[in-house]
Amino acid sequence: MQRSIILPVATRFLMPLMLVFSIFLLLRGHNEVGGGFVGGLVAASALMLYAISTSPSALWRLLPLDPRFIAAIGLLISLFSGFISMFYEKPFMTNMWIEAPLPVLGKIGTPTLFDLGVYILVVGVVVWILLEFAEDE
Amino acid sequence: MMVEILWDVIFSFLAIGFISAFIRLAKGPHLPDRIISLDLISIMAIGFFVAYAVLYDQSSFLDVSIILAIITFLGTVAFAYYLERRV
Repeated sequence: MQRSIILPVATRFLMPLMLVFSIFLLLRGHNEVGGGFVGGLVAASALMLYAISTSPSALWRLLPLDPRFIAAIGLLISLFSGFISMFYEKPFMTNMWIEAPLPVLGKIGTPTLFDLGVYILVVGVVVWILLEFAEDE
Repeated sequence: MMVEILWDVIFSFLAIGFISAFIRLAKGPHLPDRIISLDLISIMAIGFFVAYAVLYDQSSFLDVSIILAIITFLGTVAFAYYLERRV
């Protein structure tokens, strides 16, 4: 059966849009709607759209690492964000913020790092699960 | 006064559309009918979110509709992919 051209062209425009929107959701979290989990889900669905429009093996080539390693790295980043406050002799996972806001990122601190870890973890786990489903063909 | 009547009209039209799409989902003779009606239901859910965002002046509801508008496309594509593979 001949493949339709609509889906690859739509993916070429939609996938960068979804990735940018996921970063936007990630950075806006904590005080407003958004956060690492939602951003990670949107990014993972962008990657799944790529896998559907080309093939699951193309997504394997696109990923820099195995999805399991990506999930593990995200978990380690989240864990590390809890240890930062211990260097300043405060309890584990105390929130610490920088004094002046950065230009684009806004006011960042250890919760931002935690959210980044959750983002990477969710991307890794969701892509891992969906690739396991897609492999049996 | 006039605006409140307008809100009632908007929500009742959306509800009528929701119900008729759901009837098609429940009894649709073939699988593609059901997939299209699911797509229609999610598009009308986007309409609900946008109307609520304007009514209650909550701009964060608009993010929900953006996400839903993107993901719905993916869901319909995935259903169509599955349908093509099964036949």
